[in-house]
Amino acid sequence: MASLWQPRTGGLLALAGVVAGLPLILPNAFYYDVAILVGINATVCVGLNLLIGYAGQISLGHAGFFALGAYASAILTGDHGWPPLAALAAGAVGVGVLSFVLAQPILKLKGHYLAMGTLGLGIIISIVLNQEAGLTGGPDGMPVPSLRALGHTVAGEHAWYALVGLVLIVSVWLTLNLIDSPVGRALQAVHGSESAAALTGVDVIRYKVLVFVVSAVLASLAGSLFAHYAGFITPAEASFARSIELVTMVVLGGMASTFGAVVGAAVLTILPQALTAFQDFKMLVFGAVLMGTMIFLRKGLVPTLAGLIRNRMRSGRA
Amino acid sequence: MHARPSFRWLIAAFTIVALAASAVTASAAEPIRLGAFLAVTGKGAFLGDPEKKTLETYVEKVNGEGGVLGRKVELIVYDTGSEAKEALTFVKRLIEQDKVDAIIGGTSTGETMAVIREVEAAAVPFISLAGGAEIVEPVKKWVFKTPHTDRLAVEKLFTDMKARGLTKIGILSGPGGFDKSCRTNAMALAPAKGLAIVADETHGAGDTDMTPQLTRIKGAPGLQAFLYCGFGAPTSIVAKNVRQIGLGVPHYQTHGSASMSFIQGAEGAAEGVRLPAAALLVVDQLPADHPQKAVATAYRDAYTERYKEPISTFGGHAYDGLFIVLEAIKRAGGTDKAKVRDEIEKTNRFIGADGIFTMSPTDHLGLDTASFVMVEVKDGTWLLLN
Repeated sequence: MASLWQPRTGGLLALAGVVAGLPLILPNAFYYDVAILVGINATVCVGLNLLIGYAGQISLGHAGFFALGAYASAILTGDHGWPPLAALAAGAVGVGVLSFVLAQPILKLKGHYLAMGTLGLGIIISIVLNQEAGLTGGPDGMPVPSLRALGHTVAGEHAWYALVGLVLIVSVWLTLNLIDSPVGRALQAVHGSESAAALTGVDVIRYKVLVFVVSAVLASLAGSLFAHYAGFITPAEASFARSIELVTMVVLGGMASTFGAVVGAAVLTILPQALTAFQDFKMLVFGAVLMGTMIFLRKGLVPTLAGLIRNRMRSGRA
Repeated sequence: MHARPSFRWLIAAFTIVALAASAVTASAAEPIRLGAFLAVTGKGAFLGDPEKKTLETYVEKVNGEGGVLGRKVELIVYDTGSEAKEALTFVKRLIEQDKVDAIIGGTSTGETMAVIREVEAAAVPFISLAGGAEIVEPVKKWVFKTPHTDRLAVEKLFTDMKARGLTKIGILSGPGGFDKSCRTNAMALAPAKGLAIVADETHGAGDTDMTPQLTRIKGAPGLQAFLYCGFGAPTSIVAKNVRQIGLGVPHYQTHGSASMSFIQGAEGAAEGVRLPAAALLVVDQLPADHPQKAVATAYRDAYTERYKEPISTFGGHAYDGLFIVLEAIKRAGGTDKAKVRDEIEKTNRFIGADGIFTMSPTDHLGLDTASFVMVEVKDGTWLLLN
């Protein structure tokens, strides 16, 4: 029983509690919509955090994987009549293979060069989606049919909330298990020092590739869900700005903290809606909030606050 | 002295009655809530900004004159930052949270198409301010729009070319939805008008030099006229490049270039370019008996007085959208959504900034080519052609 109450399990239970409890206080479908977008962004960030926080690799191209998943679902279900789940799986497999093939050369790069490599990848995907208008509808985007599976159509904010909430909990659960496995410890060793890790027998490249592929596939899955939920997608999903937004969510929430990624996604998704009262000054306030957080909570929201609480408790005991 | 307590009671009673009465009138005069989602910032800001300013100016004006049906008009504007994804969330917010009676907006075709499913499901009257013909073709029950379509523009242009005896056309188009739709319509309409497309080139997003494409167009056999399908910054670049390579044939653009920034950006190279535009663009040159003269003049004066900047025709789309909705609410005698929708569809000879609107169950735009005038750039400004 005791193992069930380890911090990570407690965190997962808390997350499940929040997801299950939110409907009690969400007043209408608009709030559900924001919650669903938080869930989708959080799923991407949980994967991206594995890469950034644990493997120490920067990706400025994750919006590209998200968009590839979205467009795979849109094109295969809309134009070719595939069942949505098959399209979702095909998108995930496609992105998995693509990221696997690209990971070998890209992950040999380090630091800024790695960031530039993934940035280039994201931009290429964005250009293709914009230019191949016959396939993707070009800059004006394309419609996506509803998500149908096992004879049911997922329709309405409540059903989508339940689905996205479930997907998020499962992704967090998988991620926590991965981090707590030998693979996770190897990853942290790689993050600490690649040479030292290699010296102790860790296959550095293999683990980097693995985590790159896992995070890309999670982004693709989230993209597919988003496409079906929104019913309409544009190449803006693959934009450089969107990739930056995803990285910012991870950094803001706290690198190497899975729940930090979830919190970061929630804050950055909710803020623009909460700040509409500032009208023309919205972006100004948004920027100020981000700067303030990064200056005063340097490790990110969750690790800094968790550290504060731990210190408070320790000094309380002493 | 003994009368005092009863006097107090009297005051209390009056107060209660007055409060109750004011509460009743307050509920009777609940404001009419109009929601708007516009690209006030981002790449579509040159469209969305005048739209927002126009809505704010006129809602204030309408309220100053006592509102509609004795009710104030409340305007809620959200900035999509030119992102289709944001548009959907803001429309849900307008419908679910703000409980608006009608929605105006969707500055671009992408933002509009992204919200149609939601608007149709929620059954809210919706007037789009975007150009694409696919918004109202096929007709969707709750969706209307005010800007001219690119098809109307191409028709108007081809009529002008034909009248000048120009039948061999070279086309350059950009990557945007508007550009592509314009090109597709030009291809489809040319044979019916007796024109031939002898060159068909495209350029990419963010391109800053179109001379290679224009050189190929120049080399097309028998070229008699050149048409550029696009809007925004590239329109000025194309005008400059055309001058640089000395294309030497009449140069046409679409209503997407109908703003002073096109002429200014081209630095003199826009001279002689012809395009179809709303009458609003040349309001001072309109003959006194032109049906839109009064409306266009009033709009120009109201807008420039408040913002001290020249009008663009894009703000006119918002003017038309706002008043088509308000007129429909007046005729419907309230804000019952189904009745307002029916009345919007019955809009008959509404004189707006974009033209004279007559909608029907099969036409949710209600404009024809007569709503365009042909203009030519002359001495750094627009000259109305007959």
